Amino acid sequence: MALFLYGCALVLILLATAAFIVYLVRQNKSVYHWAYRLLLAGFAFLTLFVGYEYYALGVAPVLTLKSSLSFFAWTVLLVYVLFHLKFRLMVLGSFVAPVAACLLILSSTLPAGDVTVKPVFRSLWLPVHIGTAFVGNGFFAVTFVAGIMYLIQESQIKKKRLGSLYSRLPSLETLDSINHFALICGFTFMTAGMITGSIYAQYALGSYWRWDPKEVCSLMAWIFYAVLLHERLAVGWRGRRAALLSLFGFLILVLAFVGANLWLSDYHSFRNMGGRPG
Amino acid sequence: MIRIVNIGMNHETAPVELRECLARDAAHADRALAMMREIPCIRESLFLSTCNRVEALFTTEQAEKAKSSVVSILCALGEIPPERLCSSLFTYEDQDAVRHIFRVASSLDSMVIGEPQILGQIKEAYSNATKERTTGVILNRLLHRAFHAAKRVRTETGISDAAVSVSYAAVELAKKIFHDFKGKKGLLIGAGEMAELAARHLLSQGVSAIAVANRTFEKAVEVAQSFKGIPVSFEEIGAQLLEADIVISSTAAPGYVVTHDQVKGSMKRRRNRPLFFIDIAVPRDVDPAVNDLENVYVYDIDDLSGIVQVNIGQRQGEAIKADRIVEEEVIKFEQWLKTLEVVPTIVSLKEKAETIRQTELKKSLSSLGELNPAQLKSLETLTLSITEKILNDPILFLKQKADRPHGKTYLDTARRLFRLDRENTDEVEHGSEQVDRESEEKH
Repeated sequence: MALFLYGCALVLILLATAAFIVYLVRQNKSVYHWAYRLLLAGFAFLTLFVGYEYYALGVAPVLTLKSSLSFFAWTVLLVYVLFHLKFRLMVLGSFVAPVAACLLILSSTLPAGDVTVKPVFRSLWLPVHIGTAFVGNGFFAVTFVAGIMYLIQESQIKKKRLGSLYSRLPSLETLDSINHFALICGFTFMTAGMITGSIYAQYALGSYWRWDPKEVCSLMAWIFYAVLLHERLAVGWRGRRAALLSLFGFLILVLAFVGANLWLSDYHSFRNMGGRPG
Repeated sequence: MIRIVNIGMNHETAPVELRECLARDAAHADRALAMMREIPCIRESLFLSTCNRVEALFTTEQAEKAKSSVVSILCALGEIPPERLCSSLFTYEDQDAVRHIFRVASSLDSMVIGEPQILGQIKEAYSNATKERTTGVILNRLLHRAFHAAKRVRTETGISDAAVSVSYAAVELAKKIFHDFKGKKGLLIGAGEMAELAARHLLSQGVSAIAVANRTFEKAVEVAQSFKGIPVSFEEIGAQLLEADIVISSTAAPGYVVTHDQVKGSMKRRRNRPLFFIDIAVPRDVDPAVNDLENVYVYDIDDLSGIVQVNIGQRQGEAIKADRIVEEEVIKFEQWLKTLEVVPTIVSLKEKAETIRQTELKKSLSSLGELNPAQLKSLETLTLSITEKILNDPILFLKQKADRPHGKTYLDTARRLFRLDRENTDEVEHGSEQVDRESEEKH
């Protein structure tokens, strides 16, 4: 059942990605509509899959890298759909869908391990902590994508070489406001994720903060984003500098997510969560 | 036989002085339409008048007569002697007229190919014509197909994507920096046709205000008045750089009017809001080093002409594609028009059958004596269904063959077979004609 849902989601999202890339090249609106529908269908299957995993496991399905990655893909798509409703930016899908597809492909290559659920995970704090943190990551993924789009468009305009992407990408102002909006939302969710995480840690492990590598990395990313947000709001940083920094911020997050989980072993790593290392 | 005729002039056939005479204001077009309606040989009409073209589109059965009346209307309207007008006019008929109107609507016949205004202008002309009830079956269909063709050209080709004039290209660029111009401010430094055109473009795209700076304040006031701008003195440029988002510069100054340090200082106080310089002046007004500043973009006349050159090249490729689409639509329209040719034949065929039915029914009724209403009704139904069923296949056949190459032959054969055109009858068929006459007399 889980495999079927996952397979459907993967196939649909890959098709949607392909369609979005065709749309980017050919600029055909009907292709875009199909791509969007395919992505929505893929998102629906992925939602069912995550829901089913949750139900089957009894706890949030984030105990292995494999399931975390697909959960991450789900939050990225969730955030994309929210942005689509707010900004109606057609070309955004051509950049977000590949990210979601990459996450899913990565996830599908990892072996599924047996998971023994420790009692400590049977807490409502886990889905709250994980949910907020991951939705925050989803928003940051959008800042990353919008940042890349901004840098491409900006360098074309600045260097006066208007390539084929020039007409396909939206205006700098639009991209910057997407970046800004995603940063605010991402930061809010990340803060909530860290607070709920520390409450959960206090409740489950007896201390709010344990200097676990993942916590340190996340704190670094949080401080980084806090500075970026402050500069944006107080000094009026925007444009290229803000876009570049949002790329760096996301790289720190990726390091926190993958690096800390795999190579630095502490209680946040999947090794210690009961799942076999991915 | 109905013909579609298009008489007019455009930027290619007529000089601007002549076009001005005819394209003065909207009331002119209304008068032209009213005058065309008065001409008895013109069936349907439409009058299009823009700053680049004046066209009269009409359908008629007497093409020559109608054409000369339309030309005299144009002469009267513009107060132009006919010999001067005629050399600047083009005339298209039938398929060529259809093709021409499709090309005009798709902006393939425009001075700036792909410019989007023309479609709106045709739609307006058409809505005027429908209000005055001067259009009918053919022009209604023709105009709707023209809108359809224009939409296809716009969506299926890149013809309207690219900007082909410097001022237009500058505005397009500004759109890629600022999402829209709501609440954005412009600053025009100096004066000049191209700069003012760009400023006008910006205003029409929604820029909220434009300030005009000039070395002589009087000139600034004068230019500012022409598009409701705010005149500012030359010394205020520094302060204006904090307000403006788009700066169009076109002075005759030998040195830089806007310097690197000046912009650098203002960017901080602007909180890094993007600033776009359009430098049309030669020699340049804006220090090229300004482009190195973050969130500042400087395009000079060479950069803009470069973009225009690339765009013109692209458009020519797209124009071939667009012409193919227009040709497709012309063929489709012609097919429809041919099915329209069948209609009179079918109508007279049905009329003839009905006449015969009525006559024969009358004859039989007199010999049948008293009949009750039910019997009368069944007799009526019987005769009706016989004529209908006999005619069904020929009518279907004619409709199917209407747009084939030999459709006309079938039509002629049908008319002769059923003897629908009495004036064409030969001596040989004299006998049968007599019968026809008789039956008609009885009727």
